[in-house]
Amino acid sequence: MSSLSARIQEIFNEPGCAKNASKSLAERKKGCNKQLQPGGAAGGCAFDGAKIALQPFTDVAHLVHGPIACEGNSWDNRGAASSDASIWRTGFTTDMSETDIVFGGEQRLYKAIKEIINKYDPPAIFVYQTCVPAMIGDDINAVCKAASQKLRKPIIPVNSPGFVGSKNLGNKLAGEALLEHVIGTQEPDHTTPYDVNLIGEYNLSGELWQIKPLLEELGIRILSCISGDGKYREVASSHRARAAMMVCSKAMINVARKMEERYGIPFFEGSFYGIQDSSRSLREIARLLVERGAPSELIGRTETVIAREEARAWAAIEPYKPRLAGKRALLITGGVKSWSVVAALQEAGLELVGTSVKKSTQQDKERIKELMGQDAHMIEDMTPREIYKMLTNAKADIMLSGGKSQFVALKAAMPWLDVNQERCHAYMGYVGIVKLVEEIDKALFNPIWEQLRRPVPWDKMVKGRQTETITQMGGQAAEIAADPQTMRRAKKVCFCKEVDLGTLEDAIRSHGLTSVEAVRQHTDAFGGCCKRRIEDVLATIPVSSPPAMLRAAE
Amino acid sequence: MAIVTTPKKACAVNPLKVSQPIGGAFAFMGLRGAMPLLHGSQGCTSFGLTLFVRHFKEAVPLQTTAMSEVTTVLGGYENVEQAILNIYNRAKPEIIGICSTGVTETNGDDVEAYIKLIREQHPQLANFPLIFVSTPDFKDAFQDGWEKTVARLVELLTEAPPAKAERDPARVNVLPGCHLTPGDLDELRTILEDFGLKPFFLPDLAGSLDGHIPDVFAPTSIGGIGVDEVASMGRSSWTIAIGAQMRRAAEAMQAKTGVPFRLFERLCGLTPNDEFITFVSEISGRPVPAKYRRQRGQLADAMLDAHFHIGGRKLAIGAEPDLLFDLSSMLHEMGAQVTAAVTTTQSPVLERIETREVLIGDLEDLEELARTRGSDLLITHSHGRQAAARLKIPFYRAGFPMFDRIGAGHQLKVGYRGTRDLIFNIANLVIADREENHQPTPDSWRTSSPPFRPLGLSLIDPAERSIA
Repeated sequence: MSSLSARIQEIFNEPGCAKNASKSLAERKKGCNKQLQPGGAAGGCAFDGAKIALQPFTDVAHLVHGPIACEGNSWDNRGAASSDASIWRTGFTTDMSETDIVFGGEQRLYKAIKEIINKYDPPAIFVYQTCVPAMIGDDINAVCKAASQKLRKPIIPVNSPGFVGSKNLGNKLAGEALLEHVIGTQEPDHTTPYDVNLIGEYNLSGELWQIKPLLEELGIRILSCISGDGKYREVASSHRARAAMMVCSKAMINVARKMEERYGIPFFEGSFYGIQDSSRSLREIARLLVERGAPSELIGRTETVIAREEARAWAAIEPYKPRLAGKRALLITGGVKSWSVVAALQEAGLELVGTSVKKSTQQDKERIKELMGQDAHMIEDMTPREIYKMLTNAKADIMLSGGKSQFVALKAAMPWLDVNQERCHAYMGYVGIVKLVEEIDKALFNPIWEQLRRPVPWDKMVKGRQTETITQMGGQAAEIAADPQTMRRAKKVCFCKEVDLGTLEDAIRSHGLTSVEAVRQHTDAFGGCCKRRIEDVLATIPVSSPPAMLRAAE
Repeated sequence: MAIVTTPKKACAVNPLKVSQPIGGAFAFMGLRGAMPLLHGSQGCTSFGLTLFVRHFKEAVPLQTTAMSEVTTVLGGYENVEQAILNIYNRAKPEIIGICSTGVTETNGDDVEAYIKLIREQHPQLANFPLIFVSTPDFKDAFQDGWEKTVARLVELLTEAPPAKAERDPARVNVLPGCHLTPGDLDELRTILEDFGLKPFFLPDLAGSLDGHIPDVFAPTSIGGIGVDEVASMGRSSWTIAIGAQMRRAAEAMQAKTGVPFRLFERLCGLTPNDEFITFVSEISGRPVPAKYRRQRGQLADAMLDAHFHIGGRKLAIGAEPDLLFDLSSMLHEMGAQVTAAVTTTQSPVLERIETREVLIGDLEDLEELARTRGSDLLITHSHGRQAAARLKIPFYRAGFPMFDRIGAGHQLKVGYRGTRDLIFNIANLVIADREENHQPTPDSWRTSSPPFRPLGLSLIDPAERSIA
């Protein structure tokens, strides 16, 4: 495990991380792993993070070495899309049993690798370490090495057991596995001056495909996307790219920086959320490529495409603007999205009442200030209870967040939109922003909100009656004593079933009852020891009086 | 009589099984004001939480002791203590249910002893309900976690009634297996109440995960049976246990409180419900209300209408033992043949499943069996979607998790009415599949020969025969 802890320490020292750069040496050593609070934590583990980062490689078999929980509870749950291969969606796990824990799981792991190759023959297998085998000392590096040699297949160990830290650390450990075992191990068939890498883009809901046509139109080739709709061969030969774009904020900054260091591939951090960000990113890609030797006319062509796409997108958003003007949105998400989505929403005319900055860097915060003004409402950490309050007090009209907090909004009968990984719509690029605006409009103006917020008409009635019953049952003497009629009617006739005189009188009158048997049928009265008393009640009520129900019907 | 087999694979492919602690936590969610707590690393909780949220489309209470590498080595006492205190102070729960995981079972944390110590250290917790269940990930499955947890709740929370106290003849306890949905529980509640009985469900997921909108925001479960109500279950006259997995809890109830029990292994299908209604009529001393005579008639009619479509179907089914037994038996009684049956864990009902062999395996096994045996109806949880797409056969989702459709909490299968609706749903899937994928063409009789049907062709819809 010493090499794993050394690697984690190295990640904490990541010079490319802006948040890290602003820390003192001692702070840096402590790492970015915020001490988790037992009983108050939420979020995935390092294994989760590693799997998220790598699973979008579509032609690779992802084998999880651990007990059933790690894979059995989580497989095939991501919204990434693939253009052809499907093996990445197959759940492979060693499903360790008690015996494996006692005798060690390395044998089983090796056999599992062999079975996968025999049955599915993927170009590579990623083997994920989890807590239990890490505890019992299963050396997955050694098993993978032996298997690679014997079976003549790249078998890549991803050493990121859940208990070493957060999801974010897992993303980076996954990046380390790529750097150590994959990137640079193969050569591309050919290269062009227009080859780029996208790092940290997962092709959720297929949103990469909203950008790809624009790049293709410009003649720019995505040599490798790490990892959305990626292929093993592509990432293995990604070291030949001319430039790189780091898409998802900090998740894989170590990969971008080390590829710059090792292979001289310059990178920039960008986003394709929103019109302006998309344009900026396209410009940056063109600029970097030209700097690395691509013909400079690329810049001009890029501007033409940007102008055309921007005009189209603005035209498509225009009809929504008057509808969305002045609507207030609350944004609970993290990192780069905290500002890139802000810009996108403002483009659509929405007012931002707050954005969360829990996972954002200082840079991110500066950008938010630029966009929302100095008094931007930046939410450091908001408990669900506070969000609920904010929504019910109508300080926001719509909330945009990840799936986990959706019910806080929905249960408050508030429009909500998923902007994290489980969403089913693609919001990237010029087409995506129009889709986002369309979805916000759909959510805001759905007719259900008005119906759901209306109070229940019979609720008042029922509540009124309930308080009445409660006071009666509680025997609040004062009120009852004040009314002799109530007191008379509250007198118990049937003691076994606790039926009072009033109930019996009402039943007798409304149904025109004449016999004890009939009273028994219509009320809970038992008619045993109280038979005589019921007869007395029957005697006091004139038989001739027509049933109240019938009278009402007439 | 089925033979139960276990495959000799090193690598499980497309797991059918969900882990045991998640099943344990699920049981705690049927208690009012509960906070289930998994003693493990934060991922153990996060994966389970995501599963529940996507299945029910509800906020779900589930916390973690957030074990790190260091605390795993040193022992998790401090994490358990902190977690309990944090939850107690912040979420103001009425009960905290703790399930162990693979991590904390491997390092051997003695949580029962921890709880004792925590109670001593923090007097405010001296009598607070803290329930621990041992549920290692590397053993057993979801259903076992539920089984153990309910049995533990009965052992620790119910109280034996005083010797002379009379039992309330109208009160009945219901111990439902984890294969029943909140919708199923509500259906049972209605039936029992129609007989004048007062049912107490343990756990009562219908109170907490039925989708109702709470008045105030609460981080704990928002309904379910209260700890005080569980304590009073000893005053009931009967316990009704549903699913073989609940035998253990029912026996614990009988041992502790003397309440006799009746176990219903199935509540889906005509005969099981006849037995159930007869029993309920007997214990309540009331005749069967006209409503249920009509529902029985409707079910009979549904069986008549649907047998054309379900009869002769070759079913491939993957589910936890009790659900597997219930659904496969009902469909067998409708004329379907159970051609492939895969489950997650051992159970006494497995050998009574109407098929040759029951495999304790995964969805790769199920898919393979379905392919080689020519199955034309697939029933399993949502993870069967990939297999269904490859096999190109109608797919009915049942069990946990069901994350790619909505209304999982209200899918009904118990009672005459529930069985009726289930039969309609499955038959309609079969009909839709025929319309979409098996329309006759002028040449279809030439290109395809009717598959071998051991039951004979008499049960099969003539339209299907011509295009099969």
